[in-house]
Amino acid sequence: MTEAGGSQGRLAVTQKSGVHVVHFLDRKILDESNIVELSDELFDLVEKNRGIKMCLNFGNVQYLSSTVLGKLITLNTRINEDKGRLVLCAIRPQILEVFKITKLTKLFDIVDDEATALSHFN
Amino acid sequence: MQEWHEIIIPSTPQGRRQAEAEIMTRAQELGFSQEATFSIKLALEEAVTNAIKHGNHFDKTKKVLILYCCNHKNFTLTVRDEGEGFDPEKVPDPTAPENIRLPYGRGIMLMNAYMDRIEFSPKGNEVTMVKENR
Repeated sequence: MTEAGGSQGRLAVTQKSGVHVVHFLDRKILDESNIVELSDELFDLVEKNRGIKMCLNFGNVQYLSSTVLGKLITLNTRINEDKGRLVLCAIRPQILEVFKITKLTKLFDIVDDEATALSHFN
Repeated sequence: MQEWHEIIIPSTPQGRRQAEAEIMTRAQELGFSQEATFSIKLALEEAVTNAIKHGNHFDKTKKVLILYCCNHKNFTLTVRDEGEGFDPEKVPDPTAPENIRLPYGRGIMLMNAYMDRIEFSPKGNEVTMVKENR
């Protein structure tokens, strides 16, 4: 059930059954300025919703850089500190390969699609 | 004999975008596959980011030199900064258990993984990478 929705600068956030589902609005997450902005938005969401259940949907993302991986690691750590949970989903094969090469598939919960991600929180 | 093209950019994201646009256009004109252009884009991004951040320390007065040479089979890229250089052998393995949670240190690993050849200059302030079109 959709409870609420909204769009911030670089993210679209929807609440579904208590889970914050976040879509990236940028297809290419490369520029330092973009990364700082979207990182600020993500951390703002986490600070306002302690113990957040967050599903990050990468369906729109065609490129990302190692800087983004670093931000995701920090985000995951922050969410875990508050006993929340982060699940990544809908990652394109080429982007998923980046996670595999860096062995970050061991660190993150990564599932195929949003429905599977939502079921992980139940 | 192949021709080398030179792009000199300031240590800013705008400079990186300008270089990336020129290089990606050239790769697409030459018919590089989607997989190969993804690799070139990723490696270029990581190399130029390293040059701006770690080499030139975001000093806008310092430049990053990008050289490229290409044909239908190979795309060769060189990225040079004005920094002190470093020893790539001493960069910690970001996949080691003690480093896996560190939010940095994966750029060189990705460059190595996505390009067919990669070589640093002895000083370490210049990297040359080759991608074959397959």
